[in-house]
Amino acid sequence: MQAHQRMLDPTPNGLHSGESPLLQTLGLTKRYGDFLANDSIDIDIWPKEIHALLGENGAGKSTLVKSIYGLIQPSAGEIRWQGGRIMLSGPSEARSRGIGMVFQHFSLFDNLTVAENVALGLDGKESFKDMSARLEQVSKTYGLPLDPKREVWQLSVGERQRIEIVRALMQDPKFLILDEPTAVLTPQEADQLFIVLERLKAEGRAILYISHKLEEVKRLCDTATILRGGKKVDTCNPRLETAASLARMMVGGEIKEVKAAAGRKTTVPRLVVNDLSLAPAEAHGVRLEHISFELKGGEILGIAGVAGNGQDELFAALSGERLSKDPGTVVIEGIAAGHLSITQRRKLGAAFVPEERLGHGTAPRMKLSENALLTGHAASGMVNHGFIDTAATLKTVDRATETFDVRKAKRDPEAASLSGGNLQKFIVGREILRNPAVLVVSQPTWGVDAGAAAVIRQALLDLATAGAAVLVTSQDLDELAEIADRIAVMFHGHLSAPLATVDASREKLGLLMGGSSLEPKEAAHAVGA
Amino acid sequence: MELIEAIILAVLAASTPLLIAATGELVTERSGVLNLGVEGMMIVGAACGFGGAWLTGSIFIGALFGIVAGALMSLVFALMALGLAVNQVATGLALTILGIGLSGLIGAGFVGERITPAVHLYIPGLTDMPLIGRVLFGEDAFVYFSIALIMSVWWFLYRTRAGLILRACGDNHVSAHALGYPVLRIRTLAVMFGGACAGLAGAYLPLAYTPFFIPGMTAGRGWIALALVVFSSWRPGRLVVGAYLFGAVTILQLHAQGWGVGIPSQFMSALPYLATVIVLVLLSRARTGGSTAPAALGTVFVPDR
Repeated sequence: MQAHQRMLDPTPNGLHSGESPLLQTLGLTKRYGDFLANDSIDIDIWPKEIHALLGENGAGKSTLVKSIYGLIQPSAGEIRWQGGRIMLSGPSEARSRGIGMVFQHFSLFDNLTVAENVALGLDGKESFKDMSARLEQVSKTYGLPLDPKREVWQLSVGERQRIEIVRALMQDPKFLILDEPTAVLTPQEADQLFIVLERLKAEGRAILYISHKLEEVKRLCDTATILRGGKKVDTCNPRLETAASLARMMVGGEIKEVKAAAGRKTTVPRLVVNDLSLAPAEAHGVRLEHISFELKGGEILGIAGVAGNGQDELFAALSGERLSKDPGTVVIEGIAAGHLSITQRRKLGAAFVPEERLGHGTAPRMKLSENALLTGHAASGMVNHGFIDTAATLKTVDRATETFDVRKAKRDPEAASLSGGNLQKFIVGREILRNPAVLVVSQPTWGVDAGAAAVIRQALLDLATAGAAVLVTSQDLDELAEIADRIAVMFHGHLSAPLATVDASREKLGLLMGGSSLEPKEAAHAVGA
Repeated sequence: MELIEAIILAVLAASTPLLIAATGELVTERSGVLNLGVEGMMIVGAACGFGGAWLTGSIFIGALFGIVAGALMSLVFALMALGLAVNQVATGLALTILGIGLSGLIGAGFVGERITPAVHLYIPGLTDMPLIGRVLFGEDAFVYFSIALIMSVWWFLYRTRAGLILRACGDNHVSAHALGYPVLRIRTLAVMFGGACAGLAGAYLPLAYTPFFIPGMTAGRGWIALALVVFSSWRPGRLVVGAYLFGAVTILQLHAQGWGVGIPSQFMSALPYLATVIVLVLLSRARTGGSTAPAALGTVFVPDR
């Protein structure tokens, strides 16, 4: 068994600084009822190593790191730390041994200050004053500036992550787990993070790095372990693999490549936004500032940007969840629609897919057929003299199931019972089957596995080919590069001028996402004029 | 002069049970638990407190009985709302109904009995000072205790690590759990503290306010205490101001009737609740961000294992 382990370990023995791995799991298994979330997983982590943990949603990555961090107790198998077997009673024991963790969904407290949040992640052996002083020192050493007195709700996502990282670093961990740290960062913020991680590695620490972003893993990580369906598939050196080969191992088969039809022609403007400004609806909201763009049939416009820069507000203004006083700000199919309700906009041929699947895109406890009716009642012939045409709603479910390969247990289950990817396929499918002239879709593949994401992206491309205008908001730049013809960036409620996708380098987009202007001189001139 | 002093003394006496009960509920809610059973815990505290004092002849033991009774009542709540993750609003309301019935049963034998009420402090010279003498130096132990209690709670919440952890549980129980804090244990303790305070506040009524027990003698003070926590926007300092303000309104309402002021007494009794609504509106208007209430208040938490 041990020899087998070594054989799979791609790093030559000479490069390992210690005799035994820093952390080792042997046959680690976690069972929830009949479901095996982790099935006998062996993983070796050496000092001075950035070790990637790859896998699709539900592959068991989170379960594995939760066991290593002591948050859940494994059902079988063992964890060895510096060669000796350990049984973790909880995260505080893990921390005291030198295991730190940065969570994907931050484990922060919005109404507490930065210093209080950091104090909660430590074991409280030093006074609050000493801790604050050390916080300042650590954040300076690693170039992660933080204001200890501010409350978390006032901070940007990037700053929040800095708190998490500084908090973990203040425990001086030998081993740090990072769960999808770059999912919410701009490319520049991610680069900053990689500098910190390289430095931690040089200091002799080990890092377990969970990510979906394969290019990033190839660039940063020394070793990669791939999980699929709760089992370990392989351990490899990601630098010797291609993104495609890593993806194949994750999915266990080929992912259909997304292809744009050649010779897609743009036609008439179908969605026009003219100088749209809108005050925020709630205290934390973003004000939309003079947003203008024109979207033609046959075209896909991507909107990039870090979450919380006004994308939600723009979606609400386009979909009619929020109305504009001036009808001319939103023009759908040549008709001023800024003052029209969602239903009236749907009747003009528009369709909308919001970001949040459960609760916004669908009513979780209602059946799929009922959810189909909720967006389709205005313009899809599902209502007959005020009565629901049940056969028509079921037919929509069947067609969406067939066309978009929605996998579900029965013909018409509750929306909440579907997995994220399948539900998203259903929601996008439900709108596309209405043959919309304009489709506004927000984060179409957020938290969706690679296979389903490919299906959805292809569907959006096909819809554009058929002549519709498609507006895609996404934080995933690779996704936008793959399907959009032009990309604009939202920052603090402003929308940049769209760049043709071929010209939109990651650097340019990253600058825009961080609020910089591409041509500072011209911008200054414009303000002066 | 005499009248003003009498009014101030009466306001202090009327405010003290509100302050004690609301202090307990403030800690409970700061940990993220909404226990609407304050009225029920108070009335059981009143019955047991009176019983204890009547049987032993000691006000101190009576107060202890009240504390223990309130804590036991809150334990029932903790078992349901935390242990079994039942809806907190429903459980709290049920606790109040249970408490009212239970206190009638416990107190049935004591109705009509009298005890010697809690003694008031007397320091020769100081207590005899005009106007402020009796207000500052002539109160019963409960009044001084209630002020010490709210000050300790402030110190605990904002100056100790345990208090920080408690507030963290109330802000985001998922994060607190992820960092390894025993959310349910912390909340159970907070609920029991709230219960003990409510029990003591209830016991104050027959031990110091009026020296006998009658069923239903809390007369809605538990609900006022709940409103008070919201009124204070979960801050101990404002809670003190609110408690004395609400106490003053109750007393003024009595005097207003005596003076023949033409305001219906029902309107005066409704004032505390009206004030709470107005404060809530003002707070949410003035708010620039963050949340005033503990963000996890009233939400069910089931840790994954």
